[in-house]
Amino acid sequence: MTASRTPLLRIASVVKRFGGVTAVDDLSLDIGAGEFFALLGPSGCGKTTLLRMLAGFEAPDAGAIHLNGADIAHVRPHERPVNMMFQNYALFPHLTVEGNIAFGLKRAGLPKDEIAARVAEMIALVRLDGLQARRPDQLSGGQRQRVALARSLARRPQVLLLDEPMAALDKKLREGTQAELMQVQRRLGMTFIIVTHDQEEAMTVADRIGVMDKGKLVQVAPPRELYEAPNSRWIAGFVGDINLIEGQAAARQSGHFTIVTQNAGTIVASHVPSSAIGNVCVAIRPEKIRLSQPAPDAAASVNTFTGILTSTGFLGGVSVYSVKLDQGAVFRVAVANATRAAADGFAAGQRVSLSFAPDDVVVLDR
Amino acid sequence: MSGRRIFTRPARLAAIAPYLWMALFFLVPFGFVLKIALSQTAIAQPPYVPVFDLAAGWESFKAALSALSFDNFKLLVSDDLYIFSYVRSLVVAITSTVILLLIGYPVAYGMSRLPQRWQPVAMMLVIVPFWTSFLIRIYAWINVLQHDGLLNKLLLALGIVDKPLVWLATDSAMYLGIVYSYFPFMILPLYATLSKMDDALLEAAADLGASRLKAFWLVTFPLSLPGIGAGVLLCFIPIVGEFVIPDLLAGSDRMMIGQTLWLEFFTNKDWPVASAIAIVLLALLLVPLLIYEKLQRRHLETH
Amino acid sequence: MAARGTRLSAFNMASVALGLAFLYLPIAILVIYSFNASRLVTVWGGWSLRWYTEFFNDDAMLSAAWMSLRVAFCSATAATVLGTLAAVALSRGERFRGRTLFSGMLYAPLVMPEVITGLSLLLLFVAIDAGRGFWTVTIAHTTLTMCFVAVVVQSRLNALDRSLEEAAMDLGCPPVQAFIAVTLPLILPSIAAGWMLAFTLSLDDLVIASFTTGPGSATLPIRIYSEVRLGVKPEINAICTLVIGAVALVIVAASLASKLTSEQGESAAPL
Repeated sequence: MTASRTPLLRIASVVKRFGGVTAVDDLSLDIGAGEFFALLGPSGCGKTTLLRMLAGFEAPDAGAIHLNGADIAHVRPHERPVNMMFQNYALFPHLTVEGNIAFGLKRAGLPKDEIAARVAEMIALVRLDGLQARRPDQLSGGQRQRVALARSLARRPQVLLLDEPMAALDKKLREGTQAELMQVQRRLGMTFIIVTHDQEEAMTVADRIGVMDKGKLVQVAPPRELYEAPNSRWIAGFVGDINLIEGQAAARQSGHFTIVTQNAGTIVASHVPSSAIGNVCVAIRPEKIRLSQPAPDAAASVNTFTGILTSTGFLGGVSVYSVKLDQGAVFRVAVANATRAAADGFAAGQRVSLSFAPDDVVVLDR
Repeated sequence: MSGRRIFTRPARLAAIAPYLWMALFFLVPFGFVLKIALSQTAIAQPPYVPVFDLAAGWESFKAALSALSFDNFKLLVSDDLYIFSYVRSLVVAITSTVILLLIGYPVAYGMSRLPQRWQPVAMMLVIVPFWTSFLIRIYAWINVLQHDGLLNKLLLALGIVDKPLVWLATDSAMYLGIVYSYFPFMILPLYATLSKMDDALLEAAADLGASRLKAFWLVTFPLSLPGIGAGVLLCFIPIVGEFVIPDLLAGSDRMMIGQTLWLEFFTNKDWPVASAIAIVLLALLLVPLLIYEKLQRRHLETH
Repeated sequence: MAARGTRLSAFNMASVALGLAFLYLPIAILVIYSFNASRLVTVWGGWSLRWYTEFFNDDAMLSAAWMSLRVAFCSATAATVLGTLAAVALSRGERFRGRTLFSGMLYAPLVMPEVITGLSLLLLFVAIDAGRGFWTVTIAHTTLTMCFVAVVVQSRLNALDRSLEEAAMDLGCPPVQAFIAVTLPLILPSIAAGWMLAFTLSLDDLVIASFTTGPGSATLPIRIYSEVRLGVKPEINAICTLVIGAVALVIVAASLASKLTSEQGESAAPL
């Protein structure tokens, strides 16, 4: 589900400072109803601060946060229709699973039978049947996480905030939890905003990802667009692995653009932003590059280069090769291990030819 | 990151009641001590002059003010008895603190090396005597140390001596009593610091070539300095003003300052001199007190 | 913590064992001799309860004991309330004007020589012409023990996960209610430990009580002290054993209670 017409949540020019440090710097963002949105970025980029402002634990120094049209920037956390799932779960140790889930419902003053019904509904939703009477210290990490989720959903908030909820889980558990979270979100049709530093996680669960750096939003896009069409060198390098080569934009002819580089010859690209004049950066993802035995007519083809394979790495699903071109640049190439037998047989020290399509080249001017 | 601002306003309100209480019953009384220290003793009720009567008007207030003097302080400085008492108190406090540190450190260290499940038990065992009456424990030592008490009986039985020794009313008995009473005060801060130490640090030291002894001296000891500081101050400051232990266990010829104060107040009924003694004692302890406050704040408020 | 392995050397074990023996030996001796039928320590006259009966017939001692219990109960309760409030203010209150002075006043009685605090309180009571007796001693003990409660509760408050309070607020509790619903239950064991500590300290105090009490309101330590000055009396052994027994009982009960309601991260020692 992509963002709908009228955004459910509108963050408008929000600023937050702590002493001399600006944690969130004039940030604006729209999030639609029913969206699963991820805030991604390195530590210290301000994503957690932004989340806490949405929850109400911090108040912005400037700007507004509109939820369904109303500015909630200075509304107290207990009065907002927003709930948060905490990073370390923050389960109340002196209450049972049932007590934890019912906590928010009791505060809302719901009648007893409705509370019981809602709690049962939540327990079924996160599959905690049979564990109602247990205390948090009697549960496993994964079970505790599900209690935290159920507790934060019980009040049916308009927006659910998730603060790095899977940081404490191991890989297998994380993958299972990601799938569960997506299922729950789709079933409830609720807006989820997740903060994470794990790119794979953001790409897996989110409909759109907002990448933050130093308090600013660098790019907001669906995962595919973020990966294949980064808007800056920084994004290109931050999300996934990429080859970056500096060059000069030269001629344009019949839909093709030529970029002249110092250490990688001439590269042809199909799509170049109109602002690309002078110094540009060419970006090619490793898996878009084809490796082959050196061919005698290599020099004539477009975007074809020869070089020496300097290192190989077997990573299970893909193999990663480093190739040093004759012109000097080093390319990283990722090849899927599509068959069980080692078919290609590339070895270090070997001369190889690599090529990529002009369509697969991204040209960045910043 | 402190986004806990939401709690701070109601939390600060909580300070009002204790603040007022302590201001009234802890801070204000010092003013009275100072005022009495500047007064003279009298056979009257209360036993000092001048007495400030706020209802008697400005003139009598001024007269009373001029009646204040530093005579008592001059007495303290000039009379050997008091000077000796202060010096003795400091000497006893320093000696006791050193003994406490030398004995307490190995015990605290040993406790911190016990298997995890035994540590709370050991803590309990150290704390429980502290919760039983302090007076009782001193009395227990009197029991053991008296002329026909158990210690002499043991020594006689073992043939170490051939007649009972005098233990009570000696400095040794007093030191024993002080060390015994203040033992938990030294052990607990030391243990708290030592138990928080990461084992990996010692392993790293060993890996880099340090013997067990060297590793202790170069790694464990420096890291335990905050605990040592806390333990030392927690013992030294109160020991300077100790009364009960020297009164019951030491000889009556040489007195610590707490005993002198008691004597002046209860026996000689000289409140002004007693107050002056207290003021000077407070002044002597001011620097250790401030250091202690800083340590305590750093320890409890680094959150 | 990394695996302990061979951390515990013989020297360490010996230190701990000797230290504990040092602490408990005199008490053990005292308890044993309280049952000694003979008046003299040198002679063991067999098991007897005569000193206990003598205590229960000693009106002066009994009234002093009763006085001590009442003072201890009242001052411990007042000290716990005030000390907990102070701990909350210091732990959650961040910076505020006068905080240094406040914490200074609060921590000082922990180390201040009792002769100083006792004298100063007495002079205050005389200046305001307050009749000295039960209430002055109670006020004095509250002032003394408040800081112990504050230290115990503040340690626990600092160690508590702040996100629990935030979670409570997120789920609809205004700040004060969040504290009562979530934080208070979790610090209750520390508050109880603080109460017990204040109770014991009050029960045991000699110096401050001597300064601030009035005629006819002697506390148990005052009476014991005056008797002890005259020499060892077997009746004192009996009284002391009773006090030790009572305190031990309370501690054991508290440990059992805390084991039954144990939460994650709580150690067995109340402090």
